[in-house]
Amino acid sequence: MGNPMKIRAAVKDGVTEVKILMQHEMETGMRKDGDGSLVPAWFITEVKAQYQGRTVLEAQFGQSVSKNPYLLFRFKGGAAGEKVTVSWVDNKGDSRTDEVAISA
Amino acid sequence: MNKEINLGRREALKAGGGIGLMAVLGAYGLLNSTAAMAEWNKAAFSSKAMDEAFAAMGAANPEVNATAIQLSVPEIAENGAIVPVTVSSTLANVEQITIFVDKNQNVMAANFIFPAGTESMVTTRVKMGQTANVVALVKADGKFYRTAKEVKVTAGGCGG
Amino acid sequence: MNISNVKKVILVLSLTASYAAVAADAAISDSDRIEQYREMISDGNPADFDEMRGEELWKKPGGPKNVSLEKCNLGKGPGVVKGAYAELPRYFKDTKKVQDLESRLLTCMTTLQGIPEADITAKPFASEKKASDISSLATYVVGQSKGIKMAVSLKHPKEKEAYEIGKRIFNYRAGPYDFACSTCHATSDVRIRMQDLPNFHVQKDAQAAFTSWPAYRVSQGLTRSFQWRLNDCFRQQRFPEPKFASEVTVDLTMFLAVSANGAEYAGPGLKR
Repeated sequence: MGNPMKIRAAVKDGVTEVKILMQHEMETGMRKDGDGSLVPAWFITEVKAQYQGRTVLEAQFGQSVSKNPYLLFRFKGGAAGEKVTVSWVDNKGDSRTDEVAISA
Repeated sequence: MNKEINLGRREALKAGGGIGLMAVLGAYGLLNSTAAMAEWNKAAFSSKAMDEAFAAMGAANPEVNATAIQLSVPEIAENGAIVPVTVSSTLANVEQITIFVDKNQNVMAANFIFPAGTESMVTTRVKMGQTANVVALVKADGKFYRTAKEVKVTAGGCGG
Repeated sequence: MNISNVKKVILVLSLTASYAAVAADAAISDSDRIEQYREMISDGNPADFDEMRGEELWKKPGGPKNVSLEKCNLGKGPGVVKGAYAELPRYFKDTKKVQDLESRLLTCMTTLQGIPEADITAKPFASEKKASDISSLATYVVGQSKGIKMAVSLKHPKEKEAYEIGKRIFNYRAGPYDFACSTCHATSDVRIRMQDLPNFHVQKDAQAAFTSWPAYRVSQGLTRSFQWRLNDCFRQQRFPEPKFASEVTVDLTMFLAVSANGAEYAGPGLKR
């Protein structure tokens, strides 16, 4: 089970803005540790954001996405109190799902 | 960077990527059985060159369009570990936005799929090993467009 | 562009071609471009995760006595975290000392929770690429002063004394390089590579510098505390390593914190 995300979602003029900060090392698999051996690749590969059971954004990541990935996007609709759910999976099969209530 | 190291990295990646994909599909089966995810494009994410990556994305020769795609990146990144990238587009029916760093080992950084009702914009952060071009590829109405901007990456110093 | 900048640019030009491009552009508006970069990454600070971890540590019973830190008095009464950092360092009656945030947390962890001091100070910043408990606690506490104006008091004679000693330490030249803090931080337009260095004699600079620490340091992947910041300054000056939470660090912090009075606390920051 991955570490919790920080998700913020706010609706303004009928558009919901979602900001997501994920906790993940995002190891490229190209970095060497102190002993000179390669640190294995370990990174989030897929992210999905849903609103009311409907997918509002899908993302696929490679090794070049920064440690603790950040995403910002906007979708039409959304009302205060409704939920936005975000899930990710990484290349080791670990996953994490968090949700947040939309604020006005 | 010598060839031997590059090969070593590629081998390591191949191994990692292979296991990863299986695990991803497995986890998603548990996580979400109703809606199918777009598949993690292994060929595109392992591409070492832009043309190779474009081809793997089915965008053999995307049209350059710097006006219909807005690519916002800093001119200088104090630290290549975090380079903020915002891509938006005024094109109609944007389905997909893909972000690349042309001098990274694996050039493709992230791919975003936009369902109807989601605005054609996304902000994320990418790693850059050196000064390079950030490239945005936009698929709208089934057609591909691209634009690029250079980001100068400075090796940070001490202090702060 | 002044003469010394011209010299720097010429020097860099003669060194490497790739750096030349950066340096030549940099001579135009280096600082503006870095400011633009910092602005673009200001939202979404990974220090948020340390704040979350610190809050858990604050509220969770721990140590041999198995109690939380919710009775810890950071100066505004037991358990009051909101705004506490904006008034630190300050004099504490119970310890009869001026304490900064981290030395005060050390007091609370040892007295309330019964954790041996050596267990905390052995690795006070981080180990195994993970922030120490005291460091995460500090991140949580400072976050509770975000937006609050710095108002560090000099009313108590001990506070005034700490400030005066801190000021002397700031200007004290020593070590193999004959450096003082003021060597780099008392003149404007000084930089290390791309980074402008704050001049603590200019109020606006001092405020901006102090209120942006602690900070998540991208290059280290860790949130760094103010004690760490000073420890690293001492290292850069080739001074002996200061003892964690020692008087010298608290007094210097007092001087720097007072120089930031009046500005809204803006941390935890996010730095290259």
